[in-house]
Amino acid sequence: MTDFYNLDSTLSEEERAVRDTVHSFVDEKVLPVIGDCYIEGRFPKELIPEMANLGMFGANLPEEYGCAGLNNVAYGLIMHELERGDSGVRSFASVQGALVMYPIFAFGSEEQKRHYLPKMAQGEIIGCFGLTEPDYGSNPSGMITRAVVQRDGSWVINGAKMWITNGSTAQVAIIWAKTGDDKSDKSIRGFVVPTDAPGFTAKDQHGKLSLRASDTSELVLQDVRVPADALLPKSGGIKSPLMCLTQARYGIAWGAMGAAQACYEEALAYAGNRVMFGKPIAGFQLQQQRLADMLTELVKGQLLALHLGRLKDAGTFSPQQVSLAKRNNVSAATDIAREARRLLGANGILAEYSSMRHMENLESVYTYEGTHDIHTLILGQAVTGISAFE
Amino acid sequence: MKIAVCVKRVPDMDVRFRIAADNASVDEAGLKFDINDFDAWSVEAALKLKDANAGSEVTAISLGPDVVQETIRKALSMGADKGIQLKVDKVPFDGLAIARTLAEELKSGGYDLILFGKMSPDSANGVVGQMVAELLGLPCVSAISSLEIANGKGKAKRELEGAQEIVEFPLPAVLTVDEGLNQARLPSLKGIMAAKKKPLEVKPAQLPQSQLTVRKVELPPERKAGRIVGEGAAAVPELVKLLQTEAKVL
Repeated sequence: MTDFYNLDSTLSEEERAVRDTVHSFVDEKVLPVIGDCYIEGRFPKELIPEMANLGMFGANLPEEYGCAGLNNVAYGLIMHELERGDSGVRSFASVQGALVMYPIFAFGSEEQKRHYLPKMAQGEIIGCFGLTEPDYGSNPSGMITRAVVQRDGSWVINGAKMWITNGSTAQVAIIWAKTGDDKSDKSIRGFVVPTDAPGFTAKDQHGKLSLRASDTSELVLQDVRVPADALLPKSGGIKSPLMCLTQARYGIAWGAMGAAQACYEEALAYAGNRVMFGKPIAGFQLQQQRLADMLTELVKGQLLALHLGRLKDAGTFSPQQVSLAKRNNVSAATDIAREARRLLGANGILAEYSSMRHMENLESVYTYEGTHDIHTLILGQAVTGISAFE
Repeated sequence: MKIAVCVKRVPDMDVRFRIAADNASVDEAGLKFDINDFDAWSVEAALKLKDANAGSEVTAISLGPDVVQETIRKALSMGADKGIQLKVDKVPFDGLAIARTLAEELKSGGYDLILFGKMSPDSANGVVGQMVAELLGLPCVSAISSLEIANGKGKAKRELEGAQEIVEFPLPAVLTVDEGLNQARLPSLKGIMAAKKKPLEVKPAQLPQSQLTVRKVELPPERKAGRIVGEGAAAVPELVKLLQTEAKVL
C-alpha cells in the first residue's frame, strides 16, 4: 500500500482494522471479477451479500439501526478501498448508504428508520436516489416531478428521473418531488417509493462508456400512488437532498483517491518491470516525473480527505469544504489515471490493467454529485459572497 | 466447549527487512504487523466449532508487550469472546520459555481444546504448541489440515509427503494448525466495533530464563544477475556445458 506520508500512524487501531477488512475484500472478491464485469457491462450483484455481512452499507449510521456505527474517517476509508476496486462498486455503496439510508435516518420517522435501515444494512433492501431529471441536472431546484396529496392522505407522484445509480436493482427509490401549489424549491420533499408500485418503471441506460460495472437507469413515475407514510416527514426544501449529496460527496473525496492509488501502484509496478532500451522504463526521467507528479497529487488528496474526515467527526465541516475536496480529489484522480494509462503504453488500453477503466469511470465521478464546474461556482460564491448561478 | 487460541503478532512478511543496530534482530521501524496467518486459521477453526456448538467460548491469548493487544482484538473482532494478554516486555526467541509461560496460564483454564498455528514466520521455530502439550501432559496433533470434533473426541488430518495421516485423539488436546484447514474470515465492521467492548484481561507474566540467545542475524547474500547464453535450440549445447562445468548440477 502506498503510504508515503505514513498516514497510517494517524489512524486509530479501529480505523486501520476497518480499512484492512475492506482492502482484503476488494483484493479477494472485487479485483478478480471487475475487469470482466466492466466489459460485460454488469454490476457484480453477487458481491452484495458479503458487502452487507461485512457491514459496508451505511457504516457510519448508529448501531441501534443495525449499522456499524463507525466514525466518518473509517467510513471514508471504506469508500477509498472500494473505489480502489472500481468506482461503480463504490457508487453502489455510496448510494445505498449516503443517498438512501442517510435521508431515511435524517428525515424519516422512527417507524421508517426501524423498518428500512436494518434491512438496508443487511442488503435485503437496495435503494436508489431520484433527484436529477432529464432537463434538471446542475439545477435540481427546477425539477418538474410533482407529488399531489389526495383526500385520504396518500400521494400521487408524476415525473421522470435520469442517471439513477442502482435504479433497476433497487426495491425502493427515494424520490424528490415538489408538493402543493408552490413551484419553488421550498416545496421539495422526499418520498420512499417501492419500485414495484404500479406506474413506476426503471429502464437501464445503455451505451455507457464509463461506470460500466454499475447500474444506471432512467425512472419514470406515472400516477404512482404511495401511502401517507411514504413521505419523509422531516424533509423540506432543496436543502434536504443537498444534505444527502454532501454526505455522498464526502465519500467521493475519499473514493477518488482510492482509484488514484490503484492507478499509481499499477503504473509504478509496470514501470519497474517493463524494459525498453535495455532498462526498466522506471529509470527514465520522463516516467519518473510522471510517477513523482502522481504520487504528490495522491498524497495531497489523501491528506485533504483525512483532514476533512476529522472535521466531519468533530462536527465542524462545511458543505463548501466538501465541495473543495470533491472537486480537487476527483480532478486529481482523473489526471493520475490518465497519466498511469499513458505510462502503461499500449498495454494500458487493455482491461487486464485497471488504469483505463478507472480513467473512464472517473469521468462520470467528475460529472456526478455536482459537476467539477458547479463545485467551482460553489467555492466562488463561498469566497466572494457573490453567486454566479443566477 | 472451551477453546483457547494462542495468537502471535508478526510483521507483514511482504517487505524488505532491515537488520537492527544490534545485528541480532530485525529493525521494526516502518514494519506493519498483523496476526500470524497460521494463528488466524486457528481462530477460524475455533469459531467454526463455536458456531456448531452452542454455549462454546473462545479465548484468544497472546504473550508480549501492550502492542499484542491489537492482535488479540483482531481475534475478538473475528468473533472470539475474550482475550488474555500475558504481559512481558519482549517476546523471547526461546520457544520453551514461551511455552512454559503459556502453559502456566493454560493449565488452570479448563480448556477442551488449545489451538496454535503450526509456526510463525518470524522466528519459524514451530515448537511452542508441541512444548505446551508436553508441559500440560496433553495429547498433541501437529500441523492439522482438517478437524472434526464429536462426543468428546477429535479426528484430524495431517498432510504428509505424498500421503495423509488421520489421527484420533481424546479431549482435552493441543492442536497446531497448518495451511489449508480453512480460510480465515474477515472481521466485519460490526465485529471490529464489538471487539472494543469484549473483555481483555492483562496479566503480568514471569518469563523463565531463556536458554537460547540469538547472536547474529544476517540477510541472505545478494543473488547474482542471471546470464542469457543464447536463444532456441542453438543455445542448448552451451547451456548443457555450463550446467556441467560451471553450475555442476548435471
